[in-house]
Amino acid sequence: MLFKFPTASQAREDEVTPHGLYLSRRALIGGGAAALALGGTAFPQAARAATFQVPTTRQPADAALDAVTPIKSATTYNNFYEFGTGKADPADGAKALRTRPWTITIDGEVAKPLTIGIDDLLKFSLEERIYRLRCVEGWSMVIPWIGFPLAELLKRVEPTGNAKFVAFQTLMDPERMYGQKSWVLEWPYTEGLRLDEAMHPLALMAVGMYGEILPNQNGAPIRLVVPWKYGFKSIKSVVKITLTKTQPPTAWNRSQPREYGFYSNVNPEVDHPRWSQATERRVGDFSRRKTLPFNGYGDEVASLYSGMDLRANY
Amino acid sequence: MRATLNTLLLSRWAKPVVFALALVPLVWTVWLAWTGELGAEPILESVKQSGLWALRFLLIALALTPLRLFTGVAALARFRRMLGLFAFFYASVHLLTYVGLDQFFDWPAIGKEILKRPYITIGMGAFVILTALAATSTDGMVKRLGGKRWRALHRGVFLAGLAGCLHFLMLVKGWQSAPLVYGALCIGLLAFRRWPVRLPNSRAARA
Repeated sequence: MLFKFPTASQAREDEVTPHGLYLSRRALIGGGAAALALGGTAFPQAARAATFQVPTTRQPADAALDAVTPIKSATTYNNFYEFGTGKADPADGAKALRTRPWTITIDGEVAKPLTIGIDDLLKFSLEERIYRLRCVEGWSMVIPWIGFPLAELLKRVEPTGNAKFVAFQTLMDPERMYGQKSWVLEWPYTEGLRLDEAMHPLALMAVGMYGEILPNQNGAPIRLVVPWKYGFKSIKSVVKITLTKTQPPTAWNRSQPREYGFYSNVNPEVDHPRWSQATERRVGDFSRRKTLPFNGYGDEVASLYSGMDLRANY
Repeated sequence: MRATLNTLLLSRWAKPVVFALALVPLVWTVWLAWTGELGAEPILESVKQSGLWALRFLLIALALTPLRLFTGVAALARFRRMLGLFAFFYASVHLLTYVGLDQFFDWPAIGKEILKRPYITIGMGAFVILTALAATSTDGMVKRLGGKRWRALHRGVFLAGLAGCLHFLMLVKGWQSAPLVYGALCIGLLAFRRWPVRLPNSRAARA
């Protein structure tokens, strides 16, 4: 790869934001004046230990512009149609999700097919990355994910020369995922990436967020995070990964192909047929802001699409 | 039972009470927004809630006549205008929250959206119809237009209802059940007007 990406050990000390700082940021927002008045002792929560003590390897260039979204918003405003179509549905409904035992099966065009349990997945070298998340509906958040590069997982199975795409599948469990009894989408939820997209260092498999184990409504126990694409590409509660020769079917694309393309890169120039993608509202903000090409990750990912017509390949 | 209901609905407190009840969704939503309980995206939620209540009041207003015919509670007819106007009221709140809060008076963007997005065009169409109906809802306007023309114009309420349901169906992602339920109710009410079902025990059948 051409881009330089800091590994965990390269993170500067000042880049590492402990979990306590998120809490204190929230305290600052919530208790504002009171916290300031207390001056030096303003952040008593900072001592609280997080479940994951891992280095932060990636955060927004401008922390004020891209302040971390309050955890309450990130855990109560979710699109996870397996648990209903309402934004608040998953926070309650996903309590039923069983995340143990859990395995991911990786097969298809690979030299070494693998079924790996969640406890072994947690043994990957974990890092924290603060990514912007842009939903196709026109809202966005900033989430501190805990995870490891998808590439690390894919390297283990040794993709063959035939492998061109990577297909992902969410758990199918209509008894607990009662949304799967509805016909809003074809179940189980599926997603896909081109192999080079999947191998890109920004593509993350997340097992936690805000320093803690991934909440069920956010796709526990393990999910994909592709920050330069619309949120629905970042498939939740993954149980199966298949490397394929041809472009795999994906859930929203099958449902409404004109509206949700395979690539679905964040692109302010290409409107969704029913709404503009030029602007977004950061959850918690009052006014909208301009949406950035590739959600602001263009420097790192635009080269993946050089020569491609992004209007045709929306 | 029918007599009691009629007496209650004819009392001079009935209209103020219904009026106050019809404001509950607004007050409740404002309260939730004020206390930060409207969720992570209070602006979108306000837009959504006001739109839903506009549709609900429209369906309630349309259901009053069939309900009156089935139950024989004649006094229900008194509330048609008020509840229809509440549908217009919530539709106005819906439009205002979209224009003022969601888009923050970005007129060029709003104009483009209305022309470019069929679901917004259709929603605006419904609002234009409701505005015309609200403007002609007074006794004076009924007289001025004449009963026949007024009734013809006000049959547009079904068009507004269907447009509202279509607007809802088109804006959600995927095939969701809620807009289909609203649409089915609206079509059912329309069908009832076209081909009134006469139940054996309804007053209409005996009359």
